[in-house]
Amino acid sequence: MNATSPAVRARGLRKNYGGVPAVSGIDLEIAPGEVFALLGPNGAGKTTTVEILEGYRDRDGGEVSVLDEDPQRAGRAWRARIGIVLQLASDAPELTVAEMVGNFAGFYPSPRRPAEVIDLVGLTDKARARIRTLSGGQQRRLDVALGLIGGPELLFLDEPTTGFDPEARRAFWDVIRALSGGGVTVLLTTHYLDEAAALADRVAVLRDGLIVAEGRPADLGGRSVAEAIVSWQDRDSTRSMRTAEPTRVVAGLAARYGGEVPGLTVTRPSLEDVYLELIGGRS
Amino acid sequence: MTATTSTETYIVTDTSRTPLPSVWRVGWSRGQVELKAFFRERQAVVFILAMPAVMLVLLGAIFGGEHTGSGATIGDIYVAGLIGGGVMATSYQNLGMSIAFERERFTLKRLRGTPMPAAAYFGGKIIQVIVAAIAEVAVLLIIGVAFYHLQLPTSGTAWWTFTWVFVLGVAACSLLGIAASSLPRSAARNGVAVITLPFVVLQFISGVYVPFFLVPAWLRGIASVFPLEWMCRGMRSVFVPQAVTLEPGHSWQHGQTALVLSAWVVAGLVLCLTTFRWQNRQDR
Repeated sequence: MNATSPAVRARGLRKNYGGVPAVSGIDLEIAPGEVFALLGPNGAGKTTTVEILEGYRDRDGGEVSVLDEDPQRAGRAWRARIGIVLQLASDAPELTVAEMVGNFAGFYPSPRRPAEVIDLVGLTDKARARIRTLSGGQQRRLDVALGLIGGPELLFLDEPTTGFDPEARRAFWDVIRALSGGGVTVLLTTHYLDEAAALADRVAVLRDGLIVAEGRPADLGGRSVAEAIVSWQDRDSTRSMRTAEPTRVVAGLAARYGGEVPGLTVTRPSLEDVYLELIGGRS
Repeated sequence: MTATTSTETYIVTDTSRTPLPSVWRVGWSRGQVELKAFFRERQAVVFILAMPAVMLVLLGAIFGGEHTGSGATIGDIYVAGLIGGGVMATSYQNLGMSIAFERERFTLKRLRGTPMPAAAYFGGKIIQVIVAAIAEVAVLLIIGVAFYHLQLPTSGTAWWTFTWVFVLGVAACSLLGIAASSLPRSAARNGVAVITLPFVVLQFISGVYVPFFLVPAWLRGIASVFPLEWMCRGMRSVFVPQAVTLEPGHSWQHGQTALVLSAWVVAGLVLCLTTFRWQNRQDR
């Protein structure tokens, strides 16, 4: 891959189902090594967009380039460079984890070592267990292992932590961070805002087949420049003030109290506040 | 899931110049996992492998001693007929149901997202079907020889006939099974009705569960449109050649058998090429 070209690039991407638009003109650009999250409610066009990029669906309009190829026409060599973790896949109940991962390794020109990938997703203890005996979360981790076994440059993750307990989710995030640190580009769709905030370098919010906001999680929807609320404890009551210049307010308060301001907090709209506003129709 | 030291060694490398594994190698490895999955799946082993053997023991126990006036007992004729039925069970029914489930459970979709060549997937299925079909025939022959005094043929011609009937039958029924896997809306809910039921009906009219000479002529006419009847007829010509007097026209009609089975191979291939889908129909 040319080091300067984006891993994923889409211009004016469109897709209709029976005349009904599902994706109505999306522009995307994801840099190599970036973790990019697509957020949006069900039916917003997330899955359609991702499946066009994965080569599962043909688009109706626009230009798409994924790892410098058109997914609609790309062949085996291109597939060997991407990894796909589907939203729902359950199969081969009678094979063991190691057999399944080992079989998939054989599809790729230079796969990761199966034992290493099984270890990475934390299934070493279950390597010899039949897939049928795995819990839902363990099956999901196997799905991730199968997406990683080929040593992809670009990894697609469709709602990867649905059904995980909080501990497993955090451990999974560590895996994604490690992959990203190793240079893997990650395109993630998720319902969980904390997940997007924790993992993604950039997020885009989809609504009705269009991107309604895009940026760093901290900046999304003007979050970082929105009015902040400064509140503090003044004798018996809580005082608060809405301001575009929270730093000046805090400095003023610090001067007034001569040091520590009692009960000081400065808050901006949370990612969730911004997201709900974006998908709620007030964009 | 813990981020161990191995995670730090995960570095993307440029693999675009390493050659892809060959179709043969991937197909062979698919065959290994297909065989493991099949023989470990109790449902498959019971309903596909053991069913014809159980039917042979039952039908043989009920009618087996009866003579037919042709020098072959009903038991011997059942061995030949159930070999035909068993070959279709291990090819048509096996592939029809298993691929329908694989499509429904997104196994096919996942495989399609990897560099696995489509030909390797089907190659793996072929390996699995051939091994299962040979195992099926072996079990039925052992029962036939042990309990019904079946005489195995000794002539090379008879075994050559067995070979081409087996190969053409497996090919035609495998292709029809792959095509049939696309029919049920849901493998779990309508798979049996759409895939298995027509096969059961065919077994009754094609000389598997009921000796063919006892089937009314109009049903024999319907049966002779489909491959199973010709597979059973071919197997009878191999294992009970003395019973030719019971056949329609007192002849084994090998030429027509080869023709009908070959035609089904071609028709099945066309059906597969035009209907095979890697994703289920709800998933658009």
